[in-house]
Amino acid sequence: MFDFLEDYDVLGAFWVTVQLTVYSAIGSLIWGTLLAAMRVSPVPLMRGFGTAYVNVVRNIPLTIIILFTSLGLFQTLGIKLGSEDFTVINFRLAVLGLIAYTSAFVCEALRSGINTVPVGQAEAARAIGLNFRQVLTLVVLPQAFRSVVGPLANVLIALTKNTTVAAAIGVAEAAFLMKEMIENEAQVILIAAIFAFGFVCLTLPTGLILGWVGKKVAVKR
Amino acid sequence: MTEVSVAKEDVAATGELVVLKSVNKHFGALHVLQDIDLTIARGEVVVVIGPSGSGKSTLCRTINRLETIDSGSITIDGKPLPAEGKALARLRADVGMVFQSFNLFAHKTVLENVMLGQVKVRRAEKKQAEAKARALLDRVGVASQADKYPAQLSGGQQQRVAIARALAMDPKVMLFDEPTSALDPEMINEVLEVMQQLARDGMTMIVVTHEMGFARSAANRVVFMADGRIVEEAVPDQFFSNPRSDRAKDFLSKILHH
Repeated sequence: MFDFLEDYDVLGAFWVTVQLTVYSAIGSLIWGTLLAAMRVSPVPLMRGFGTAYVNVVRNIPLTIIILFTSLGLFQTLGIKLGSEDFTVINFRLAVLGLIAYTSAFVCEALRSGINTVPVGQAEAARAIGLNFRQVLTLVVLPQAFRSVVGPLANVLIALTKNTTVAAAIGVAEAAFLMKEMIENEAQVILIAAIFAFGFVCLTLPTGLILGWVGKKVAVKR
Repeated sequence: MTEVSVAKEDVAATGELVVLKSVNKHFGALHVLQDIDLTIARGEVVVVIGPSGSGKSTLCRTINRLETIDSGSITIDGKPLPAEGKALARLRADVGMVFQSFNLFAHKTVLENVMLGQVKVRRAEKKQAEAKARALLDRVGVASQADKYPAQLSGGQQQRVAIARALAMDPKVMLFDEPTSALDPEMINEVLEVMQQLARDGMTMIVVTHEMGFARSAANRVVFMADGRIVEEAVPDQFFSNPRSDRAKDFLSKILHH
């Protein structure tokens, strides 16, 4: 029944999915944190940029963003992200697009976390002479992160599934392979079920582990 | 209505540390601080009392610019209060502040709370900062709680840690914004005792409080505020036994008889 699988590298395709997820997660965590910092900063220009970025990017379909990285950045502007190999370029473009998109959601999750930190915490931090960056990185953000582990897990799960959009620009991740297999093989439902199972295997532990972490690191007040 | 006078002369000799000149502040239509003139000398303990909404907490918070002012000037140790940025952060490090709601950093242990400013602002070595933090925690009587998180401590213990955290910066002046108002009655004294000791050690203190006992025993001067103005300034004995303004008489009659 599963004989046909031998002709395909399913695990390899999922490995690409995992790589897309991990790189994009790290990137969007960093960029999303910076965006959140901008959105709460005292500088109006930065606040404006952060707000505009989030509101524009999160309202554009991911498919369009990913297609733009390929059609716009690569084919029109010739941005190759440091490689001549098409496979590598497309992979990096997809990661870039996923970071750009996901960071908007990371930013908003984090900003709601910042709002859970009592204003007195920041006041006390300022009162001992910490500057804005220190208040944010030493006192406010550590507490904000702890309160949004759950919402960030949601973002990470969504990101894992969103990596399938990278197939649109030819990145050979799981969904790309699935399409290929469905075209070639007769066991359509079985193939879909295998890939669905694969994604659940990736996302279910993410949710469970981060749910546990969230409880563990919660700030007691 | 304004009867500012007395007592300034007997302490000014040691040098002026905090000077407020015609300070005004509005919260929307509310004129919370109206032409406040106040001078605090080095080593002086000034207790600010008055009814709720009289602007005493706001006054306290303007001195390290947690609240901005609309007009007037505030100088600390001869230097005008900087607007924003590094200079302001530096100044705040020299002005200790103790809040009504303690505001200990909830994600850090008691020891880390007292070390943070030393390490990140004063650039002290971790070891020295820890030794100093432990000494200060011992001084305020919570040395045994050093490795706990703030939420595991009682209110009185938390507030004493907050005092230690402020002292760790070697402040020139300490601001207390209703330090005992959020405490259960049985914990008020443990905090007041620490403050009494601090006053005896010569710390310059500005204390907003409803604790009249503390005002009597520890203050060099009582400042009575009402409706955004300083209505009366006097040495504690004179203020409590013989207030001059009707506003102060009225206030004292309401709080001293039960």
